[in-house]
Amino acid sequence: MYAYIVRRILATIPVMGVVAVFVFLLLHLTPGDPAAVIAGDYARPEDIERIRAQLGLNDPLYIQFGKWLWRLFHGDLGISIFSNLPVTHLIQQRLEPTIMMALTTIVISIAVAVPLGVLAAWKQGTWVDRSVMVFAVLGFSVPIFVVAYAMIWGFSIQLKWLPVQGYTSISEGLIPFLRNIIMPAVALGMVYVALIARITRASVMEVLNEDYIRTARAKGLASTTILIRHALKNAAVPIVTIIGIGIALLIGGVAVTESVFNIPGLGRLTVDAILRRDYPIIQGLILVFSGVYVLVNLLIDISYTFLDPRIRY
Amino acid sequence: MVATPSDIPLSDDKTASRRAWDYTRRHPTVVVGVGLLLLMVVVTLLAPVIAVDPLFMNPIDRLRGPQEGMIFGTDMYGRDIFSRTIYGSRISLTVGISVAVLSTVVGLVIGLIAGYNRLFDAIVMRIMDGIMAIPAILLAIALVSLFGASIQNVIIAISVPEIPRVVRLVRSVVLTIREQPYVEAAISVGTSFWKILRRHILPNTVAPLIVQATYVCASAMILEAILSFLGAGTPPEIPTWGNIIAEGRTYFQRAPWIIFFPGLFLAITVLAVNILGDGLRDNLDPRVARRM
Repeated sequence: MYAYIVRRILATIPVMGVVAVFVFLLLHLTPGDPAAVIAGDYARPEDIERIRAQLGLNDPLYIQFGKWLWRLFHGDLGISIFSNLPVTHLIQQRLEPTIMMALTTIVISIAVAVPLGVLAAWKQGTWVDRSVMVFAVLGFSVPIFVVAYAMIWGFSIQLKWLPVQGYTSISEGLIPFLRNIIMPAVALGMVYVALIARITRASVMEVLNEDYIRTARAKGLASTTILIRHALKNAAVPIVTIIGIGIALLIGGVAVTESVFNIPGLGRLTVDAILRRDYPIIQGLILVFSGVYVLVNLLIDISYTFLDPRIRY
Repeated sequence: MVATPSDIPLSDDKTASRRAWDYTRRHPTVVVGVGLLLLMVVVTLLAPVIAVDPLFMNPIDRLRGPQEGMIFGTDMYGRDIFSRTIYGSRISLTVGISVAVLSTVVGLVIGLIAGYNRLFDAIVMRIMDGIMAIPAILLAIALVSLFGASIQNVIIAISVPEIPRVVRLVRSVVLTIREQPYVEAAISVGTSFWKILRRHILPNTVAPLIVQATYVCASAMILEAILSFLGAGTPPEIPTWGNIIAEGRTYFQRAPWIIFFPGLFLAITVLAVNILGDGLRDNLDPRVARRM
């Protein structure tokens, strides 16, 4: 088992390596002078020269990459072109709202999606099942910002129950925090709920056909006991897998949600950086987001060995 | 292919309408999806007839709500939202279909080679894993912001994160089919590589690829709208659904219709493509039906 864990950890190295090379090359793959691209259309020659020196663009490519990688391993993501602050500092500043929103979304989504999926599998073929599936297709199809604006229109403008936008830190009280975070979390979670509910339904449905479920029924166990103790537990691996893979959807959705709800998090930082062509920030954020994705999926892969003792590597 | 009931030819005494009805009953999702999509295509093609100039500004009629003569209302420049939405569907459909075709073709070629060449496979699959680790939206906006905003660049930028999914699918089909006894038999009697590719490998990839392409198309349309919405997509002067919504943000409290109608069109179109994909998945090939 430990050999498997070590092998799995080592397997993330080429993936992150590819991400690093890709992120590094993004700027150099562009047609024309990267410094001029960053500086924008109205830059003076001395601005372009300053950016070129700042990014070390005068060195050969492999030396640039080496230096960049070296700094990366020392936790240095470079200096923002626009604000002249270290990228790590800017990311730290914006970390809290994004993490809180992501955690709230994950908790709400799993709490809604897994029961929905189990229910649909249990009531297979009935209107309950069909409604859950329709909801799942809708969740995949309605873009985040459409859900978000529909909720703002309904709950904030018409009913005046919730603030239109903004973010309140949890340190200022749980209720104000929740009032601000609930709509972004629901909008962000739509696709995630659809994805998890669909996989839960499919994998529970498969397990329900197993002999041991029939045995459990024959023993006269209550339906809920069978569903939770026997079906859900054995269907856990694909569900947990999709929860991990779905993190990618959340990370992408963060940029949109934070823009709609005006939340000062990493997503907004990303969008602002891209509009300003603040290249070091874009590079840093893609690395951080990809790193989180790879790490989460690494942990989930390792968790299989505990979730399902049948899995032996 | 295994014969499904739908493959068995219907007897000739049934009329065309009867046959159409039978098909609808058997594959309601495919029919609904195709129907909605056809409607969207017709509306798009009829745009010059049913809509006015989407760029025409009429400051007197700015921020008017939906009413007669301007059923979807107008935006802050007095431009007709109905016309802008209709013309916007052109961009969405173009981007969706182009991305589906481009990523499928590129993914098919890479996947086929990866399924056959171990060295290429080892290198390319690591690269694909790396691309898949980068969130699609971030990858696409980064590409667009660097290569410049144009419809062509948007199509390429959205295709890049979709390609690895196609490659994985094709590669897994090739690896499975290559081990089949009938392919081994074909190789043993000296059938050429190209003939095996044409006769055995490609036909088996078609069904899952079509299903995959519809999902890619749906997600590409959403991505395109998100890119425009974030200001890193199609140039703002082109009326796309994402651009219309982005412009309506500031006026949302006063004029929610600017966002509502393009949003609704986007949701319905993506829904139609997704329903079509689900229907095809369940009907085209029973073996892919289990795949989520």
